[in-house]
Amino acid sequence: MNSLTRTENQALARTVLELEVNNHAGVMSHVVGLFSRRAYNVEAILVMPVGSGETSRIWLLVNEDERLDQMVKQVEKLEDVLSVRRHGAEHEVFIRLEEFFR
Amino acid sequence: MTKQPPETLSGAQIVVRLLERQGVRTLAGIPGGAILPIYDALSKSALIHHVLARHEQGGGFLAQGMARATGLPAVCMASSGPGATNLLTAIADAKLDSIPLVAITGQVPRPMIGTDAFQEVDTYGLSIPITKHNFLVNSADDLLSVIPRAFRIAASGRPGPVLVDIPKDVQNQLIEVDEWPEPGCADAVPAPAASLTARAAAMINEAARPILYLGGGVVHSGAAPLALTLAEKASLPTVMTLMALGAMPVDHALSLGMLGMHGARCTNLALDECDLLIAVGARFDDRATGKVAGFCPQARIIHIDIDPSELDKIKTAHVGIAGDVSTVLQRLLPAIDASPRQDWLARVASLKEAQPLRMPGVDDPRTPYGLIRAVASCLDDEATITTDVGQHQMWVAQAYPLRRPRQWLTSGGLGTMGFGVPAAIGAALAEPQRTVVCFTGDGSILMNIQELVTAAEEGVNVKIVLMNNSSLGLVFQQQTLFYGERIYASKFKGMPDFIRVAEGFGVAALDLDQESEPLAALARALSTPGPMLIHASIAMHEQVLPMVPPGAANKEMIGG
Repeated sequence: MNSLTRTENQALARTVLELEVNNHAGVMSHVVGLFSRRAYNVEAILVMPVGSGETSRIWLLVNEDERLDQMVKQVEKLEDVLSVRRHGAEHEVFIRLEEFFR
Repeated sequence: MTKQPPETLSGAQIVVRLLERQGVRTLAGIPGGAILPIYDALSKSALIHHVLARHEQGGGFLAQGMARATGLPAVCMASSGPGATNLLTAIADAKLDSIPLVAITGQVPRPMIGTDAFQEVDTYGLSIPITKHNFLVNSADDLLSVIPRAFRIAASGRPGPVLVDIPKDVQNQLIEVDEWPEPGCADAVPAPAASLTARAAAMINEAARPILYLGGGVVHSGAAPLALTLAEKASLPTVMTLMALGAMPVDHALSLGMLGMHGARCTNLALDECDLLIAVGARFDDRATGKVAGFCPQARIIHIDIDPSELDKIKTAHVGIAGDVSTVLQRLLPAIDASPRQDWLARVASLKEAQPLRMPGVDDPRTPYGLIRAVASCLDDEATITTDVGQHQMWVAQAYPLRRPRQWLTSGGLGTMGFGVPAAIGAALAEPQRTVVCFTGDGSILMNIQELVTAAEEGVNVKIVLMNNSSLGLVFQQQTLFYGERIYASKFKGMPDFIRVAEGFGVAALDLDQESEPLAALARALSTPGPMLIHASIAMHEQVLPMVPPGAANKEMIGG
């Protein structure tokens, strides 16, 4: 992500994915493995436990390409993934994080 | 949960008890240091018969043979490290063919995980991409939920393999158990929207040149009789994938047999002309479709599959229906008009007559097709047929008169040489009343030859028909056709004496080459109970034809 300028970043169509997952060791590997086996780069990742900590929320920033629908269906199939929501690149979660990456 | 008087049990004893409660009566595996507590507990089980494989991959395929023959989840076990890595190929194979499998592996004790301990490997990490789901169990208490869940996941929706990795200290941990979970079984699948089945029915009723395309999901779902009813009611010429063979009797008037890379010319040409493709439990695999852009170019598509991620993955469906294919076909059938479709059936019949599957030598048992038909003539539909992978597999797929779902067990998606012998042993253990025939080649059999001793030990009724062409035949064929006849690393210079090899393992053997009346010898061998290897030489230059060149459209077939 650092190799791209801010303008270049904005030129790429981006999608923000919001996943609700069970919070235990290995869930992250299941999710990112689906992307890495397809050489589909995940541009940004953010994970935090939610509520009592039984579940976590994973935010992913990915480039939109023709494989994205299939990727979402594959993620939805994972046993520990409870839901997947798609947002546009205008979603604030990563934009507001940018101050930690200056 | 079932209340019981409290008992103090180890994790290992809990695993065995849960397997018993699950209904597991036969499982396959190999013990080793990190799974010895489970084996110790297993030794006290009066219900479970453990089959000792001679390589963990053989154990995995043995379990697959049981699962494929019955449709129920089967269990294999291995120790940590090399035991687990040896199992991986059989697990990956189960993933690609959607076979319900529960693999249980021992792991080094939790305090030693991550220290590069003896026989430690990251089994959990290694198995993520080749399982439907996997577990690294953290406590004996967790086993009470994990083991039933493993069976539920393996059997639910689109079936698949689940791995449970159990550290040795968890196997030895003692806990008090006073409640037992219900055995894990398949979740119900929601019924499809009525509007979708109505649209699909309308498309079928309006189509002039429809084709029914059956995949392995039809077998998994037990939907073969419904598919047959649909085909007959709507007069649908029907093609099957490699995985679906047996779903419709191959000699049924509407059957066009297997489609794709080694399908008959008439089959692929009929698909080229169809105006509606009804895909049921099929996933548009590249060996079935050839170049996707050239697959059924004129057709609208109805795609029915239990796995929503298969819809629109390769081909965009005009109507995609996610659901259990049995349920969907049941909903669909009342809305289907009975239709004779005389013009289309006449066109398909003329294609079949002009360009049938050609089987040179079919009357001579010393040729590939002739041998396969000779074996079939000695058996009825109750026999189960397994294969290894290669030319022999494709010849059997083309020529064997498969007529029963689950009659045909073959490694489709992963195409694993070494599958056939252990899968046949598993099938024979699961259904001892059947004769199980494994067609194999001289390349494939060597990849799990050690399981011959397992066959001898178990006394299974498995007949191994070894078609020996002294080569890796499919590689030889591709080098001949597509690599300027530069034959390299595909002709065997050294050749084992397979008769002595089999006998050395304790398996009776018959060399058809030495028999003056091969048909009579074959009939005798196939009707003699117990394991036997039947060796038959075939010519090295024999090819599987027709063949769609890799990357070409299905109508661009070579030969046949």
